Amino acid sequence: MSNHRTNQDRIVGNSVPRKEGRDKVTGRAQYIDDMVLPNMIFGATVRSQIARGKIKKITFPPEINWNELTVVSAKDIPGKNCIALIADDQPCLADEIVNHPEEPILLLAHPDRYALRKAVDSISIEYDSLPAIFTIEESERRSQIVWGTDNIFKTYVIEKGDVESVWKKADRIVEEEYATGAQEQLYIENNGMIAAWDPQHGITVWGSLQCPYYVHKALMALCDLPAEKVRVVQMETGGAFGGKEEYPSMIAAHASLLAIKSGRPVKIVYDRMEDMAATTKRHPSRTRHRTAVSRDGKILGGEIEFTIDGGAYTTLSTVVLSRGAIHAGGPYYWPNVRIRAKAVATNAPPHGAFRGFGAPQSLFAMERHMDRIAQVVGISPIEIRRRNFLRPGQTTTTEQIVHEEIDLPQLLERALQLADYRSKKKSFAGENKSGTSKRGIGIAAFLHGAGFTGSGERYLSSVVGLEGCADGGVRVLVSSTEFGQGTKTVLCQIAAESLGVAYEAVSIAQPDTLEVPNSGPTVASRTAMVVGKLLESAARGIKQTLTLSGRLHDSYSPDEFREACSSYVAEHGPFRSLARYDPPTDIFWDDEKYRGEAYAAFAWAVYIAQVTVDLATYSATVDDFVALQEIGRVLHPVLAKGQITGGVAQGIGFALYEKVIWQNGRMQNGQMTNYIMPTSSDLPPIRVFFEELGNVHGAFGAKGIGELPMDGPAPAIINAVEDALGIHFNSIPLLPEDIFDAITSESQLASAPRSSGQEDSGT
Amino acid sequence: MRSDPGNYELVAPASLQAAVALMAKTPGLWLPIAGGTDVMVQYAAGKLPARKLVSIWNLPELRRIEISADEIRIGAACTYTDLREHSVVCGEFPLLASAARWTGGVANQNRGTLGGNIVNASPAADSLPALLVYEAELILVSVRGERRLPYVGFHTGYKETKLAPDELIQDICLSRRFSEYFSHARKVGARNAQAISKVCIAALGRVAGGAAEDVRIALGSVAPVPVRLVETERAAKGNPISSSLLLEARKTAAAEIQPIDDIRSTARYRTAVAANLVAEFFERMRSNAEAKS
Amino acid sequence: MIHSSAHVTKSEITLTVNGESRTVRAYPMERLLDVLRNQLGLTGAKEGCGEGECGSCSVLMDGALVNSCLVPVLQATNASIFTIEGLAEGVDLHPAQEAFLQCGGAQCGICTPGMILAAQHLLSKNPEPSGEDIREGVAGNLCRCTGYMQIFEAVAEAARRRNKVTAKTT
Repeated sequence: MSNHRTNQDRIVGNSVPRKEGRDKVTGRAQYIDDMVLPNMIFGATVRSQIARGKIKKITFPPEINWNELTVVSAKDIPGKNCIALIADDQPCLADEIVNHPEEPILLLAHPDRYALRKAVDSISIEYDSLPAIFTIEESERRSQIVWGTDNIFKTYVIEKGDVESVWKKADRIVEEEYATGAQEQLYIENNGMIAAWDPQHGITVWGSLQCPYYVHKALMALCDLPAEKVRVVQMETGGAFGGKEEYPSMIAAHASLLAIKSGRPVKIVYDRMEDMAATTKRHPSRTRHRTAVSRDGKILGGEIEFTIDGGAYTTLSTVVLSRGAIHAGGPYYWPNVRIRAKAVATNAPPHGAFRGFGAPQSLFAMERHMDRIAQVVGISPIEIRRRNFLRPGQTTTTEQIVHEEIDLPQLLERALQLADYRSKKKSFAGENKSGTSKRGIGIAAFLHGAGFTGSGERYLSSVVGLEGCADGGVRVLVSSTEFGQGTKTVLCQIAAESLGVAYEAVSIAQPDTLEVPNSGPTVASRTAMVVGKLLESAARGIKQTLTLSGRLHDSYSPDEFREACSSYVAEHGPFRSLARYDPPTDIFWDDEKYRGEAYAAFAWAVYIAQVTVDLATYSATVDDFVALQEIGRVLHPVLAKGQITGGVAQGIGFALYEKVIWQNGRMQNGQMTNYIMPTSSDLPPIRVFFEELGNVHGAFGAKGIGELPMDGPAPAIINAVEDALGIHFNSIPLLPEDIFDAITSESQLASAPRSSGQEDSGT
Repeated sequence: MRSDPGNYELVAPASLQAAVALMAKTPGLWLPIAGGTDVMVQYAAGKLPARKLVSIWNLPELRRIEISADEIRIGAACTYTDLREHSVVCGEFPLLASAARWTGGVANQNRGTLGGNIVNASPAADSLPALLVYEAELILVSVRGERRLPYVGFHTGYKETKLAPDELIQDICLSRRFSEYFSHARKVGARNAQAISKVCIAALGRVAGGAAEDVRIALGSVAPVPVRLVETERAAKGNPISSSLLLEARKTAAAEIQPIDDIRSTARYRTAVAANLVAEFFERMRSNAEAKS
Repeated sequence: MIHSSAHVTKSEITLTVNGESRTVRAYPMERLLDVLRNQLGLTGAKEGCGEGECGSCSVLMDGALVNSCLVPVLQATNASIFTIEGLAEGVDLHPAQEAFLQCGGAQCGICTPGMILAAQHLLSKNPEPSGEDIREGVAGNLCRCTGYMQIFEAVAEAARRRNKVTAKTT
């Protein structure tokens, strides 16, 4: 190591000030709606009012002076009419056919936003309606083919061992079906973009987004422009959670088309109603488990069928499906398993990325199912998990060998103690015999893979840069975006630590495709681990440049570095060190068979939820929440904790509050007053604990943590509700009305086995 | 923002007299706006039919609370915060204080007004059941003068009231005779704050010798207007608070309401919860009385 | 012009913003939020929902926390409006801002200006709030990033810092 720091001086592992924090607490941070360009006009979208049909006629009423407006239709698209992403099936503007409510058809722009609104409202569109489908089951029935030849976007099969051999060996076969609903990301900043066009430089867009190079790719195809004539700049982004992964490409496309046609900068900022109605949500899912177990609760094998509703176009459904399928087996050892995964089409607006990306759906099923198996076998929720946990050296469902020295029984035990699980479980079972409320406690054990799946990182081939600056400081150049998680802070910490300079000596460029290399999208819990690791390499390049020039010795102080760097820049100009992802040679992944090393690292967790169900109102409230996780290395304790508490809060919403009410593919409750996210008065103390095993593939041992906390809360909570009431609930969100229906249906009550009173084998 | 501000007129008369004079010129033309917590929401959504608005937010005549020996008079433009922070309201009319605390968050409590809550006439409004059980009276004002009428019956149907098109609510009057009553309020919403009630209850009672001497129960969100459970009260009055009374009260209460299925809940759920809340009130009142005796 | 249907004229409205008297020409029904953002260039207040539900447009009006999306600007005539931009003094952050920075109370930052003003409003009325008081004080300000825990810590820390300052000066 090149510097002489004590532990206290270390930058990584300390809660340094957030890089952009000062701008945020003073209100100076510039979000897209805060930005104004000279001569700028406003853009808006005319959308489909029906779920499926042919566009027959569009009427522009004469009382509007259409000369004042810029009007764009599919015919104005210079390149390909699609939002290029994975499959190029989603049009930028519907041409003849609409496939979901709120599908964009026309774009309008006007200098006055109120006049614009009036013009949008004035347009009437006649359709020849076609029959539409709205559920997984309707899609499977294929009475209407709304996508491709069979309504199926993608299927995967993961197969390990010989599942057919297990059924006759089984002492018990446990079958159950689970379902999860759509969930709105509900970032507090609505989506928005500004586009400006000039024939010489091409198109520039600024916006609220996660993935500058996704937008870049989409605009190149849409506008038929070379890479250098498309520039994408991320503004400060007010929350994303996956909700600004793919849809910003659509809005950027719309703003660009209007800017090209009008010759003026165009701003499109959605209001909440439009954002909720038109943009993506978490995929609704259905998971069926059929599991063969031995008398003592060992999983012998099983089939898992995981199906998600992708909505009308492919968007990211294939990838969400893949992650959901790979996580479907949970942190357990399956000697034999077959996972069949399928993404189907319906006539809802496309569902998309949302923190967890399929895993919260399939893990909800897995962790509810573990409690179910425990009941059937007659052992405790603790014991069923302990007997089936993956251990180092064993293989996952994709036959990835667990190399990490993770001790899941110990992790579980620690969580139980932190939550005071055993004594609570006992006392609740006693209290619940009488009283007007019932309490319960539930467990979820889970894992989350960090980074892109399988060969994903190899294909991405991310590049990062570091730049030596004139003042002797260093600037991080990455396309990784900050939207609350702390990207800027953590990457600067990693760079500073790697270079042996002060945190304050490192700055980070605003993501701008003109300036920063493509370090991949900011998704999949990959930034700290993968991009951070690359920065370590880039730092070596910077040091090497300075050392070779004779300005720096092997051992140096931060001041010596600053002098060396500024003197080098004075002579040679600013210099950069780039580092490209170098795939580990020992990682094997078979994309055909879906077998091998799915992720370079997993984070592991045990969450425990305590709930009260009020029998007067039938509402379940979370009273206490313990979140214990192993995440490699904590780079920034305050930020890491904030990621967990935030994810848990969204998970509590997913479980108990947040229900999208659909009618013919359209969201009925698309306002903050009736789409219910938790307020500060609805959350329990969320108690966060970490374990750190390190990770050779991550910067300073880090693993990804962004998505992990979304996976565990829902099953832990519903397991706790079952512990309280003795009623199975297999679908979420679980609202008071659902609990009421179940409590008042006596047959349910009679058939529900109670798990309380069963002892685990103890410690 | 889905409305064009250029299409909406807003005036702010300097006095109550000027406000009602303006409203009298073309009755029904001018929509009063106080704290805007309802009107501005409709306006932003592009759903406000009125094009002319008269601001009564800053009228001192409507923003005072007057206390006399037997009555408290609350100006119609007093905010929830005004109510929450007022010692007589908190001490003698806790049902109203709780309703004020449960309506919206702090910012909306700083702007939302009691008069606005009444005139907006939402069946889910949290303060209205409290006004029903306290048997509030309203003083309405117009150029024609003042008139005083009981609050009960003020709502004539869903979002309809007895207010004449040129009238404003001036005061809400509460008789100071309930300080010795046991009171019970509960709001059941989709979450603990910032929620519109699925069901809410405000109830008062007095127990003597184990029997319910006086009982007043009102519910919100279970009918087109907030309702007083007259039959349930009658069934309870004079009877000991026993398990058979609880059963009877549940049944009668469920029969007295007409809840609906809507985006927030179901009729079945609302009926069951309403019955539970009524039973809960009697149980709490009984244990309170037992604790005292 | 399309918006020629507008028959209302703009009026001159004077209000005090962050201690400075400002006069704007606006339609009386323009939202205070839009006037602050579009005319006065004070973009710290954000529109999250436009219906008074999320609190990200919170400002102080005559000392009271309000949702500026629900205030017609005419009602702010002669009022004293305080926005997030008025909180820091020069380069020195206000103790509440320091506390939010230190405790992780700001993640994406979009709710932060409103949240800090809600905290300020709470502390001005209740200098030593309990945990419950804090939860209630910010219940009208939705945050999707933090799960609120670090916001509670930040408000408690702001109270400590504030009381320390007060203790010093008295």
